[in-house]
Amino acid sequence: MASSVATTKRIDPIGSPRRVGAVTAPAAVVSFPRRARKPDRLVALLREAGAIVGPPIIVLSLALLIWQIAAAGPKATLPTPLKIWQDAKDLIVDPWFVLGPQDIGLGWRVLTSLQRVAIGFGLAAIVGVALGALVGQSQWAMRGLDPIFQVLRTVPPLAWLPISLAAFRDSAPSAIFVIFITAIWPVIINTAVGIRNIPQDYRNVARILRLNQAEFFWRIMVPSAAPYIFTGLRIGIGLSWLAIVAAEMLTGGVGIGFFIWDAWNSSRLSDIVVALVYIGVIGFVLDRLVALVGHFATRGVQAT
Amino acid sequence: MIAHVPAISHTTPRAQAPGRPFLHIDHVTKTFSRGSTVSEVLADIDLRIEQGEYVAIIGHSGCGKSTLLNIVAGLLEVTSGAVLLEDKEVNEPGPDRAVVFQNHSLLPWLTVYDNVRLAVDKVFSGAKSRRERQAWTMHNLELVQMAHAKDKRPMEISGGMKQRVGIARALAMEPKVLLLDEPFGALDALTRAHLQDSVMAIHQKLENTVLMITHDVDEAVLLSDRIVMMTNGPAATIGEVLEVELPRPRKRLDLVDNPTYIQARAAVLEFLYARHKSPALLAAE
Repeated sequence: MASSVATTKRIDPIGSPRRVGAVTAPAAVVSFPRRARKPDRLVALLREAGAIVGPPIIVLSLALLIWQIAAAGPKATLPTPLKIWQDAKDLIVDPWFVLGPQDIGLGWRVLTSLQRVAIGFGLAAIVGVALGALVGQSQWAMRGLDPIFQVLRTVPPLAWLPISLAAFRDSAPSAIFVIFITAIWPVIINTAVGIRNIPQDYRNVARILRLNQAEFFWRIMVPSAAPYIFTGLRIGIGLSWLAIVAAEMLTGGVGIGFFIWDAWNSSRLSDIVVALVYIGVIGFVLDRLVALVGHFATRGVQAT
Repeated sequence: MIAHVPAISHTTPRAQAPGRPFLHIDHVTKTFSRGSTVSEVLADIDLRIEQGEYVAIIGHSGCGKSTLLNIVAGLLEVTSGAVLLEDKEVNEPGPDRAVVFQNHSLLPWLTVYDNVRLAVDKVFSGAKSRRERQAWTMHNLELVQMAHAKDKRPMEISGGMKQRVGIARALAMEPKVLLLDEPFGALDALTRAHLQDSVMAIHQKLENTVLMITHDVDEAVLLSDRIVMMTNGPAATIGEVLEVELPRPRKRLDLVDNPTYIQARAAVLEFLYARHKSPALLAAE
């Protein structure tokens, strides 16, 4: 804000003599606009940036203000933004501190959770694409498996937890399984749709070249269905991030989900709010990351 | 519409002669059945093609000429009859009958080079070394004058260029028969003429056997040694076969007032528009 004001001011003395100079000294006119253009462009750039960054900052400030006022009363049940800042300053400012086995920065907790997501989602991606390819290729497999998929995919992540705890008898694999089973459905379904949509021409090319199953899978199926596969992966990563918190709440450990549960049990409401912001931001970044990978991996495929 | 005109010039029992046909479409019939309705698309197609011959199949849209090409390619199965290539029955697709598709069918995620290279790698995986395969890929791209665009993706080049790459890919397989499925149908007139000249030049040079589907009379006369005219469906069959006795190399401009050319053109037009009018045109009258 301050810098944009400063630049505007600087233009004025240059701008006004330019108009005068045009009459009296033509030689000077040439040099002025060249010097004047740079701040002009800077102002335009700042204005553009302001137009993008401005609204969210204003809205966010307003929201915080309303929250502050609403939670300021004596009967308020939730902490105000200011109180959160006071209570949880260490968590907000330094994500990477280590003070003890359970007293660590949120960065470390997020990393632990991300590791679980990486394993669970990675497995879901591999198995999901393989199953999706099967269902997309074979009418028989689709008729057999699709009803099961359609029913199972509506089961909420947490409902899987007791069963997986009973099956694995350990919290770590159970949490990973819950992520896996939550994330796999959109991957399967989108991959299957993508493979069913492979143009007949590509199949004909593959048949004339006599590509074998493996070659067909890697050279035709995966690239052709890639846009669909990445849509599935993007939904899947979102769901697995949703599931991690739920799973960790019950299985414990050092993840961000367990941190929330732990904070709730010791009435640290401010910490919970900070953790929520962390989760939201990480989820957003994960989504964009998969979208970005998809964008590069599917270059050229969509424009046919 | 009854298939009443008997196929000429192929009723003689030439199969027993020592000079057996290179490609023999032997009394092929094709019916499609959907539920209880059975429709006969092709009825008793019998065609012999010699090595090095350029044969065009012409007919109104919907007469089953693409079906016939797909049967030769092995992409569709015959209902009865057989396709024999060098006396061996072919009933599945293979690189010995490479197809140039109407809509080019290049893989959009591969570059021009990689599209051709995929075919080369697959067909010559054992026979040629890496270096040879690379050289062979470039050789075929040069043949269609597309070497300069080798690193471009299909979406970055024009329709005519895509079709050139499609031809390069097919040629790179060293097919025994080159199958062209209305290869120039989607192109503008100027690009089409360019490509026709290229195909003629390539045919002149490689002396390959070509079976081309077209609905363009001028194209058929200009390019082919023989024009196979198909009757209208359902149950389409070969109505007439016309030998185009024009010497090669043929030059587009020289043919404009060539009597043989004019005669051949008139014969095909007469067949298509006087004797076997398209059902759509009949309905309009």
